[in-house]
Amino acid sequence: MSTRYRSASGGRIDRGRPVRFTFDGRPYIGCAGDTLASALIANGVWLTGRSFKYHRPRGVLSAGSDEPNALVAVRRDEARCTPNLRATQVELYDGLAAVSQNRYPSLAFDLGVANNLMARFIPAGFYYKTFMWPAKAWDRLYEPAIRRAAGLGDAPTAADPDHYANRFAHCEVLVIGAGPAGLAAAMAAAKGGERVILVDEQVEVGGSLLDEPADGGTTIDEISARDWISQSLARLAAYPRVTVITRATAFGYFAHNMIGVIERLTDHLAAPPAGAPRERLWQIRARDVVLATGAIERPLVFPDNDRPGVVLAGAARTYLNRYGALPGKRVVVATGCDSAYAAALDLHHAGVKIAAIADVRRVPAGPLIEAARRAGLPIRFGCMITGTTGRLRVTGARFLVITEDGRAGLGETVACDAVLMSGGYTPSVHLFSQSRGKLAWDPDLQTYLPGVSAENERSAGACAGRFDLAGVLRDGEAAGSASIGVEPSRTFSVHAMAANPRGVLGALTHDRGPRAKAFVDWQNDVTTNDLKLAVREGFQSIEHVKRYTTTGMATDQGKTSNLNALAVVASALGRPIPQVGLTTFRMPYTPVTFGVLAGLARGDLFEPVRTTPIHGWAVAHGAVFEDVGQWKRARYFPRGGEDMDAAVRRECLAVRAAAGIFDATTLGKIEVVGPDAAEFMNRMYINAWTKLGVGQCRYGVLCRDDGFVMDDGVVGRIAADRFHVTTTTGGAARVLSMMEDYLQTEWPDLDVWLTSTTEQWAVIAVQGPKAREILAGLVDGVDLSREALPHMSLTHGVVAGVPARLFRVSFTGELGFEINVPADRGAQVWEAVWAAGQAHGLTAYGTETMHVLRAEKGFIIVGQETDGTATPDDVGLGWAIGKTKRDFVGKRSLARPAMSDPARKQLVGLATVDPARILEEGAQIVAEPGGTTPLTVIGHVTSAYFSANWDRSIALAMVSGGRARMGETLYSPSSTGDVPVQVVSPVFYDQAGEGVHG
Amino acid sequence: MLLIACPYCGPRPELEFSHGGEAHIARPEAPADVGADDWGAYLYLRANARGLHAERWRHTHGCARFFNALRDTTTDKFLATYECGQPRPHLGEPS
Repeated sequence: MSTRYRSASGGRIDRGRPVRFTFDGRPYIGCAGDTLASALIANGVWLTGRSFKYHRPRGVLSAGSDEPNALVAVRRDEARCTPNLRATQVELYDGLAAVSQNRYPSLAFDLGVANNLMARFIPAGFYYKTFMWPAKAWDRLYEPAIRRAAGLGDAPTAADPDHYANRFAHCEVLVIGAGPAGLAAAMAAAKGGERVILVDEQVEVGGSLLDEPADGGTTIDEISARDWISQSLARLAAYPRVTVITRATAFGYFAHNMIGVIERLTDHLAAPPAGAPRERLWQIRARDVVLATGAIERPLVFPDNDRPGVVLAGAARTYLNRYGALPGKRVVVATGCDSAYAAALDLHHAGVKIAAIADVRRVPAGPLIEAARRAGLPIRFGCMITGTTGRLRVTGARFLVITEDGRAGLGETVACDAVLMSGGYTPSVHLFSQSRGKLAWDPDLQTYLPGVSAENERSAGACAGRFDLAGVLRDGEAAGSASIGVEPSRTFSVHAMAANPRGVLGALTHDRGPRAKAFVDWQNDVTTNDLKLAVREGFQSIEHVKRYTTTGMATDQGKTSNLNALAVVASALGRPIPQVGLTTFRMPYTPVTFGVLAGLARGDLFEPVRTTPIHGWAVAHGAVFEDVGQWKRARYFPRGGEDMDAAVRRECLAVRAAAGIFDATTLGKIEVVGPDAAEFMNRMYINAWTKLGVGQCRYGVLCRDDGFVMDDGVVGRIAADRFHVTTTTGGAARVLSMMEDYLQTEWPDLDVWLTSTTEQWAVIAVQGPKAREILAGLVDGVDLSREALPHMSLTHGVVAGVPARLFRVSFTGELGFEINVPADRGAQVWEAVWAAGQAHGLTAYGTETMHVLRAEKGFIIVGQETDGTATPDDVGLGWAIGKTKRDFVGKRSLARPAMSDPARKQLVGLATVDPARILEEGAQIVAEPGGTTPLTVIGHVTSAYFSANWDRSIALAMVSGGRARMGETLYSPSSTGDVPVQVVSPVFYDQAGEGVHG
Repeated sequence: MLLIACPYCGPRPELEFSHGGEAHIARPEAPADVGADDWGAYLYLRANARGLHAERWRHTHGCARFFNALRDTTTDKFLATYECGQPRPHLGEPS
């Protein structure tokens, strides 16, 4: 297959290395160094996609990341299929398979094009106006239909198999953009000897200089632009602290000079090395930033300006000079600025016929125009392009000459196979705007430029509105020098053709009638008519017009369209542009993969998993786990096909009949140490601690200063100046943080140290009437007797050969011990206890059984019975308050009258009238059955289980004035009707509390 | 991501810190003697400043210490960070 549109010579492609690729299944040949877009153009392929709304045929418009049209999917396999890539940025590799999007059944024959014929019926705001009634149709008809039509490209069907790297970097100067301004800035900054990072989104550095012809007239310091790029790179390479990163897009400007950069590592390779990261996220913190992001060429807005073959003039020049790809053999140039003449001249010299240059300006002048005139190119001044002909590719351009008195002259159609257009350049102020810098309207250039900086940042070159090469280089030198605090010293000798930087904005005059479609936003199919309609319908703010018409809201974020849209709206409103405002620029500058943002935080590494030393044993014994915060906790241990209910029933019965073993390692543990430890505990917890003897334990309750229960746990006094504080599993970090807060900021006078010891101790709970017998043979030097180690006491000793803190505590209501041993010995001690217990019927139980057993005893779980609005008294813990203490956290709030209102919700037990009926946790409680909504709710169920030991359902609930309602019958509304319940004591089992003292 | 200068460790990225609400709200020495309105104000009333704001930060994943900062809530600029117990510096306020 011939590449008919390849120039005879030139370009930065490697003509000796042909590259095979397919587009929509058809094979083509490009060259190494091509982009997909340049290779397709060299093959004469202009039809690359269908537009989003009208399914109009579309071709390549630009040559860079601003491309709105040529979105393709590149497919390697099921999982590696990336949609919506800009063909202008896809580097060609051997075997590349690209497909077009948004067409059915084929690109050349697309049924969706019916939308184009219906265009007059689907104007801006069509969705809002049309799918309003009947309401029933929304679910069944409208939404499914809209969803089918919506979206662009297809997501891959398998999980992303690639991995992505993440790197934090610091530098004194970060230069974004490696065109002439960026290179000059980097070289200037490098002189300081500090760290300089230069990033550029393209494959190679050079920016606009890459578009210069190899033998063109432009020289810097008496060498060609291309040689100057090489020389600059060599200079930078001589500085060991300078880093140059290409294929790296600075996509976001975050607070305090943090820049997010995506570096593409393997997408351009035919065979990516196994295990290599696909992309790398750089999070670069810079002292100073130089923005040298260049400018984006503006299309002209005229009817049918979206036909394949209508391309930006600067892009055509890029394709010719950089890639050796000819946009056509006979081209028309439509322009409102000087720079398009450079493209016309270069194409002319490459042998392309310039059929006409239509310049909308009446009397432009300048060296470029003079050069075109000398070259004999047919130039028409004051000439509007008013349309194009052709179907899947442009075949002609319509012109209309505007006479000197402003009247329209005769129209004319000129045959051509490409139309080059340029409305001038829009500075890329995206990153500046993201940095919260204030933009300023420049009336001379008719564009927004960086005004007041918000960060330590400088804009240089075209992004700051400077377009002459000598000025751009000076600008870069100045910005780079200023970044390291020195005066600019380097001068540049530049020979380049001067071009007037002014262009045109908004829609061109035409004679094509009111229905002609002149596109402003190619990607979202927004025309001048849509924008004018929005204004007619009352939208005045550009932000509203944007959302109503979706202009600038596509994946290209309106890079080519925003300023034209603004001009069209300003004109329709009859206001100057700066009064209409500007939409906000948001990150990312170009689309970013989810993969690189997720980085390593996916799959098993999405969130850290915490396991206890006993985890392996639990896995081996068939435990079913539940997540509690980041912990994996054994929920129950099913045997022989048991379901959860059966396993929990068996475990519950076993604990009360014999003994159970439970992994309590996840409990939060804080060691409170120091001369003022007791005083600190007195101030933090509601309980009194002064009189707690060494070796004794106490159930502690922690409130916030608003008086509501925050956490609880057993506290043991290890020594006069040392407390072993336990917290809830989920509350450990919160409690330590709160303790630190009070200690550091309110009571710095207290001499106390806080240390998290959660992970230092493995905690093995042995609970049940046989607990003492089981442990008796395992302890060394410990008297386990009721007298020596009564309930709520602790001792030190050796358990199964391991030094331990042994607590006599119970969360089940049975005789219980909690063995604390160093975490790395936990599994060993657990195994020893397990082995010793087998003769006594020791049963392993999980969190579900633990929940049931404690509920049988009416023990609360913070976060289940409490919800951040419960006082200690509300949940029956008023007894724990140290009444004689002058102060503790929460005490003043508990004295507020509302805190002792008898109508507050209080903890009660509920016994369903039907003993088999288990209430739903969270269900409401009402006083009267059969009420109509809204019901008067007086409480809610906090815990509900089937109690095997009582052989009936039990529940805990928070009920208004609950303790005064003992014996009353209340109701819990459910989907099957009101469930009658009787209010009972929350203590269902062993109300005398004798079990724990066994 | 903000760059926050811990008075003890120096500038560190925001992800090492946790925010601790408004600064210079001292817990009354003798809460029992504080009237209901004043106690309510201590618990719940905050300046919610637009502009300069003295606030607490904790270098949770560093030295773990609390400190105070003066930040402009409209620009996220830190004017100063200082140790707990120090008075609020007079910076950036209209004189």
